[in-house]
Amino acid sequence: MTSLTKDQTPARPGGPVLEVRDLRVWYGTDRGPVRAVDGVTFDLRPGEILGLVGESGCGKSTLGRGLLGLLPEGAARDGELRFRGKDMLTLRRREQYRMRGSELGMIFQEPLTRLNPMMRISDHFAETLRAHERRISKADVEQRSLEALRVMGIPPTRFRAYPHEFSGGMRQRIMIALALVLRPAFVVADEPTTALDVLVEAQIIRILHNLRATYDTSMLLITHNLGIVAEACDRVAVMYAGKVVEIGPAREVFSNPQHSYTRELLRSTISLSTTGLNFIDGAPPDLTDPPSGCHFHPRCPDAMQICATTEPPVRDLPGGVRAACWAAEVAHGRTLDEDARRPLPREAISVADEA
Amino acid sequence: MSAASGSLPRYILVRLLLVIPMMWVLLTLVFLLLRVAPGDPVTAAVGDKLGPEELDARRAALGLDRPMIVQYLEYLGDAARFDFGTTISDRRPVLEIIQAQGGATLTLTVGAFLFACLIGIPLGRVAGRRRDTPLDAGIRLFGVVSYAAPVFWVGLMLVGLVVKYVPGWPTFGIADPETIFYVPDKTGILLLDAIIANDRISIVDILQHHVLPCFTLGLLLSGVIIRLVRVNLIRTLGDDYVEAARARGIPERQVIRKHAFRNALVPVITVIGLQFALTLSGAILTERTFNWPGLGDTLVDYITARDYIAIQGLVTFFALAIVVVSLLVDILNALVDPRVRY
Repeated sequence: MTSLTKDQTPARPGGPVLEVRDLRVWYGTDRGPVRAVDGVTFDLRPGEILGLVGESGCGKSTLGRGLLGLLPEGAARDGELRFRGKDMLTLRRREQYRMRGSELGMIFQEPLTRLNPMMRISDHFAETLRAHERRISKADVEQRSLEALRVMGIPPTRFRAYPHEFSGGMRQRIMIALALVLRPAFVVADEPTTALDVLVEAQIIRILHNLRATYDTSMLLITHNLGIVAEACDRVAVMYAGKVVEIGPAREVFSNPQHSYTRELLRSTISLSTTGLNFIDGAPPDLTDPPSGCHFHPRCPDAMQICATTEPPVRDLPGGVRAACWAAEVAHGRTLDEDARRPLPREAISVADEA
Repeated sequence: MSAASGSLPRYILVRLLLVIPMMWVLLTLVFLLLRVAPGDPVTAAVGDKLGPEELDARRAALGLDRPMIVQYLEYLGDAARFDFGTTISDRRPVLEIIQAQGGATLTLTVGAFLFACLIGIPLGRVAGRRRDTPLDAGIRLFGVVSYAAPVFWVGLMLVGLVVKYVPGWPTFGIADPETIFYVPDKTGILLLDAIIANDRISIVDILQHHVLPCFTLGLLLSGVIIRLVRVNLIRTLGDDYVEAARARGIPERQVIRKHAFRNALVPVITVIGLQFALTLSGAILTERTFNWPGLGDTLVDYITARDYIAIQGLVTFFALAIVVVSLLVDILNALVDPRVRY
């Protein structure tokens, strides 16, 4: 496998590929700053796949893009972000560009619009390889591109075709090949199968899952589909209103959710055995002015008085799970005084919901 | 080779066949428009000079006494053979007029297009990249003004400025009378003749004469191009493949150039082609302003003389030119954009 891995020596052998500490991302808007990612902390080991789930608008995509520095103008990052020990937040723009594609890759949601319709597939590969390896020969470009496409099951005869000559599933496989041709150590896959039908979805997920065997790639897999997480991910992070509320081994989190939001999210999953539809009342909060205390308390069925006033601490729980929830605190033996434990009255829920 | 490239000849063939119905509609419109105008062409052109019998004879000679449908079919048949008729007022074949003066209009229009692109594309690109800055606002204002300002007014202003600040710079005509006398007529296009004759002094003289009229007409066109390039660049800068290119670490300048800017130019090609009609009407006014010996100038003369046959012939030729340009634009588009070929 040494021929497949790049000859970059990690700063700390065996250490995590990615270390994220208290990362914040915010956008400036007319109504004030939007705290789209609000203090996220996690590590990613080589070859590990971390699923990232949560409702739309809770900051999943922003977190994914924030890790790559792929944010729109007017956005800012804060906190700590280390890739193989290298501090990513103090890097210069040029340096960031150099790392993108070669060390940090991205796979997007909409494969149909992510390839330049005026460029041949071969041009996309040549451009990408040349941007990072200026002196690469024409033969090398072709050989490496075709190898990446072959792994994705795209025949070499289609190398010089245009994007519109491929189906959606093929285009997504081309996008994956394009993201992986430089063998990045870390890839963000932002809902890579949302636009595709179920059979193609299964195929893409299998490909992504096999990447770590082939390339030892670490991945952040953003998805709405909890089934995919259970299938393909080692660990899962549940995000709500810019915060990771629970993170842990996928099996553990799914079988024994600690945070009320995780539990409600799992209950909302539809399967063949589903008899009624469960959903969580209300919508994720406005991130320019998030609720006090636990961001989820206005919608939480288990909300207590303390949830509305005090942010729950992040706690390491048995089974390698980390969660930030007062109900979990109580369940794991923390004693709160009577006032704090009183259930939050219904009115408060609706008022807070309106706010 | 992929399937898309293979279908290019087929696309061009279909596009060529479409020229026939397009031309037919245009010719019919020209024919009808001139027939619904009140009065008959002969009386209008030479009615004050000849007696009633001679006028009848003229009408018969032109075939105007025959039924409308016969005239129509004959007109179509003639146009198909590039015979645009003979003028009533001075009895010149229209084709001869086109051969003698088309060259001047051609070089004027091409020069204007060059100026328009040289001004419009870079300014539009800057405005699109620096969106909503004072620079962008200034460029957009310039675009609106240059498009809205009447071409003869702009021409006169520029002539005034040039006369004051660049004395000796030619402000009217296509060349010095001396140049016109010395350059042997071979192609009907003066600039080309001078180049063939390898006469450097004449080439410089002709080019100098071109600058002011071409710039004036180009300015008119540049306003449209600025807005188009700006709007399309803003659109493509937000396209998904641009973000995807950034995510692959393609340097920002290359992302703008190869992805956003190049793709923004595709619709611009189409509209610039459509603007050709505007250029022709602008050329008529420009030629008047600068005393340019082109078709537009001649057309105005014949309109004043109410020579319907001459007008019909020249307008038919303009229509043909527009059809040819739109054909070229479509083929160019197919060459640039692989998706068009389907």
